[in-house]
Amino acid sequence: MTSTDSKTTGAAAAAPILQIKDLNVTLRKEQELIPILHHVNLTVHAGEIVGLVGESGSGKSMTASAVTQLLPGGSKSLQGSINFCGEELTTKSEKEMAHYRGKEIAMIFQEPMTCLNPVFTVGQQLEDVICTHQHLQGGEAHARAIAMLENVHIKEPEKMLKAYPYELSGGMRQRAMIAIALSCSPKLLIADEPTTALDVTIQAQILGLVKEAADKAGAGVIFISHDLGVIAQVCDSIAVMYSGEIVEAGTAVEVLTTPRHPYTKALLAAIPGFTPKGAERLELCAIPGMVPDPREHMDGCRFAPRCSVCGENCTAKHPPLHVAGDGRSVCCWKEAEAGDTAITAS
Amino acid sequence: MTLPLLRLENVDKVFVKKTMMGKKSYIHAVRGITLDIQRGEALGIVGESGCGKSTLASLIIRLETLTRGKIILDGTDVTSLKEKDLRPLRRFVQIVFQDPYSSLSPRMTVEEILTEPLKIMTKLSKAEMHAKVTALLELVGMNASCLDRYPHEFSGGQRQRISIARALTTEPEILILDEPTSALDVSVQAQVLNLLNDLRQKLHLTYIFISHNLAVVKYISDRTAVMYAGQIVELGPSEKIMLEPLHPYTRELIAALPAVGKKLKPLTKAADMTENVAQERGCPYQNRCPLVDLRCKSERPPLAQFEPGHFLACWGVTKS
Repeated sequence: MTSTDSKTTGAAAAAPILQIKDLNVTLRKEQELIPILHHVNLTVHAGEIVGLVGESGSGKSMTASAVTQLLPGGSKSLQGSINFCGEELTTKSEKEMAHYRGKEIAMIFQEPMTCLNPVFTVGQQLEDVICTHQHLQGGEAHARAIAMLENVHIKEPEKMLKAYPYELSGGMRQRAMIAIALSCSPKLLIADEPTTALDVTIQAQILGLVKEAADKAGAGVIFISHDLGVIAQVCDSIAVMYSGEIVEAGTAVEVLTTPRHPYTKALLAAIPGFTPKGAERLELCAIPGMVPDPREHMDGCRFAPRCSVCGENCTAKHPPLHVAGDGRSVCCWKEAEAGDTAITAS
Repeated sequence: MTLPLLRLENVDKVFVKKTMMGKKSYIHAVRGITLDIQRGEALGIVGESGCGKSTLASLIIRLETLTRGKIILDGTDVTSLKEKDLRPLRRFVQIVFQDPYSSLSPRMTVEEILTEPLKIMTKLSKAEMHAKVTALLELVGMNASCLDRYPHEFSGGQRQRISIARALTTEPEILILDEPTSALDVSVQAQVLNLLNDLRQKLHLTYIFISHNLAVVKYISDRTAVMYAGQIVELGPSEKIMLEPLHPYTRELIAALPAVGKKLKPLTKAADMTENVAQERGCPYQNRCPLVDLRCKSERPPLAQFEPGHFLACWGVTKS
């Protein structure tokens, strides 16, 4: 994805916060090589929310883990470049990475219950981060912690600081997580399915907070979700992932209104929504089958076995990435066969 | 109107919690619910976590005992049946749980999982059981080669299919679906929802479908009941509830649904840790309601018919 987004065109000249170029990741597990990411390209600018969308096993979380260098254990090989504010992260040592994690790059995870330590109060956990990374002490750290909780719209921050995670509801825990993540004013925030475990009403509030983090604090955000409906509400640009590859990318408006890859189309059709009157009980468009095992080698397009418009070319050769200017890219033979004319025309 | 298949009359559930000091605290999880469910109907129950929807499901299958009220199943009062007399009820009403990872025993093969209810409830021979289980798996879109495998070998969607097959082994009339798709990806959710709609037509099942997502409920159910703090606040045809919601809480739920092309509402109100605590006096929703006035704070609104077939518990919404 390149640097185009209606909102940030003014700042387009500014260097991106994060630039992932041609990232390939292979894990090694008991003599077996498992390629999990193929040629991933992703760019995030300050104040921009980039959505990573795809099913379980599509490599969204792995991309995020690669950025923080938190890929699962065992030996792994990482090719390509991850450039964070001018620094190359792929060559950093574990000690150097500790400086980035939590301070410059913060994360919010799906399960707020398992991510907060149950034996410490919210205050202890929040102040711990502030003391470690900002070198503040006692009263100053406490004041900062209160300010952070007020930032995430908590009415009684003093009370919240003394609370243990089990005393809080799912939504409140996620707010505490966000407060911890934002406490060191990170340049990049990675939100990995932050609302999946929450009710729809609470989900809307948490999405609002993530958006505020980008708008007010100017952080770049990678927002990971399997639900395009959620992605649609907060993201400026979208990258659709499937089986370790980015199959379509572009600005949120374009990807959502004129999806080009059959996988994006299928994901959109799978969301149960407001069917118009009279069109009662339409068959929901499910995507048959599931994401292939990363170990499975495929000559052609990895989506081909589940694709509704799969042709001869699709199973024989991997489709080329079709870049259609304006940050739009699609990885599909249909797109390549239609030729550039169709793309320039639209 | 014919006799309903399942009737709930003023069902109440109060959990009593004893603190270490011997003090008792009460949690009113389900409050005065009266519902008729007709044969072949799909009723959706929607609300946030903690509103009592899953407790209501447990009460219907009698995993919990009622504090007050009556449950009448196909004309028989099953409220005070003893454990051993409950067997026929258990056969008649089955449940599919939310989490397909924790609701299937990891130490049993799929065949063992599926035949266990048959061993307990029926007197079929081994061969008959095997034939039945194979047919069931095919019914939920899986094949017999899965029988010797363990749950961990399957994806979330496949496990939920196995859970559904297990619920269907005893040929129930009523299937309670407690958030069956919340743990699944959207694409897989669509597969499971389509399967549920197919099964309902093929087997003439009656569904009680529980979810916090109105769009999903609407897709499955004919009628929808919206619950808040243990009470039904709105009940009507799903289409009506989705397109012309009356209760301010239903409207809030619909406004919160994420959808393509929908803009996120800016955060207006600061959240409060006590805000969601339902009120004992007056309307339980008063703290969050935009239409709140004096009457809402003193009197609890009853569930009353607003239009034919559409019920509402709200003082603020009046016919214009």
